[in-house]
Amino acid sequence: MKLSEIAEKLGWKKLGGGDSALDIGQGFTSDLLSDVMGNAPADSVFITIQAHKNTVAVASLAGLAAIVLCSNRLAPPDMLEAAKQEDIPVYQTAENQFWASYHLGRLLDLP
Amino acid sequence: MTNFSLDSSPSVVLELTLRLKIRDVMTTQLITAEKKDSLRHIQQLMKVNRITGVPIVEGKRLVGLISVDDIIQALDGGFIEEACEGRMSRQLIVLEDDMPLSLGISYFEKYHFGRFPVLNKDSELVGIVSSRDILTGLLVEMNKEMEQLEEKLSPQKEVGTTIYSREFSLHKFDFEHAGTASGTIKMELKEKGLDPKTLRRVAVASYEMEMNLIVHSLGGTLKVTHMPRQTVLEARDVGPGIEDLEKALTEGWSTANDWIRSLGFGAGMGLPNIKRVSDDFHIESEVGKGTLVRSVIRHPELGGEV
Repeated sequence: MKLSEIAEKLGWKKLGGGDSALDIGQGFTSDLLSDVMGNAPADSVFITIQAHKNTVAVASLAGLAAIVLCSNRLAPPDMLEAAKQEDIPVYQTAENQFWASYHLGRLLDLP
Repeated sequence: MTNFSLDSSPSVVLELTLRLKIRDVMTTQLITAEKKDSLRHIQQLMKVNRITGVPIVEGKRLVGLISVDDIIQALDGGFIEEACEGRMSRQLIVLEDDMPLSLGISYFEKYHFGRFPVLNKDSELVGIVSSRDILTGLLVEMNKEMEQLEEKLSPQKEVGTTIYSREFSLHKFDFEHAGTASGTIKMELKEKGLDPKTLRRVAVASYEMEMNLIVHSLGGTLKVTHMPRQTVLEARDVGPGIEDLEKALTEGWSTANDWIRSLGFGAGMGLPNIKRVSDDFHIESEVGKGTLVRSVIRHPELGGEV
């Protein structure tokens, strides 16, 4: 499913950066950056509360498709600047990591 | 980036602000007062010592700050004889002595205070830093640096089959630039045509090495050497060294503090991640001396043996 369509259906607010036309098959939820670096599948949506610049660096290096900031965490300006440069879309949701993951999984019809 | 040249002399200043710590420039001879002291007493302290801010302490713990503005207000409002406790600023922005100078400079830009109290790891007040301290500290170091710079201007050596080689210097707690070295390596190796899967392994290893240097080391270098059949990454630091290598290589084991963990680092997966993506992995460490981590990633698509 297209990232833009997922965002619309789940009510994610786009904060900035990058292409939303990507096709998404799965997500990865973690707040530990090395965990993401080592285990997140490429092209997945990264669900987290780590709202800072290094999150973008990790997403970019690990080849992830987008970042979703949970619990309405705000992205600082330098994070959005980095997201623009690295072409990584950043979204925000009021849901916590559990519910954001659950709803994404259900929408993508994951087993 | 570590190889200085005259062309990049402004980067020497940048390097300096990253390498120097707040503790290198801060004033350690502290003039402090206690909560019960009157504002009048503090005004006298300022006058005698020619300073514009006095930290209020309980033992070694910082509990507030009186600035010259507070004194003016006290004189104006007629409460100069009162104890400072009710008038001091309690919501303080502080620096940690281990932070790089660059962070201190950004604080001055951000908050427009004349000075910042400096705390150590145990949250004890150990110094105070003003913008003047930073300038003086920088000038002194710059002089030393200029002398060393001249010695470093010798030509670089060529390496046999190397297609591309580059060295980055990394500084403790420099989260501002975290990911820059590995980002550059990834981008430049992509341009050299490295296949996406191998590129990702290089990215993982270089990022973890970079973060290890920033989070755990006292500073060091990350070197990448790209050859036709393999890419070699080497992280070398100047300390503090790893006490128990076996533990350091165990997933989930970490020595990171709470502050580091709150940023999402210190998951205890850095070295295990590097080992996992490497075809050859080597680590050696000596406490008090430093650590060397080497990762060799072969290029199967270009005929490198796996």
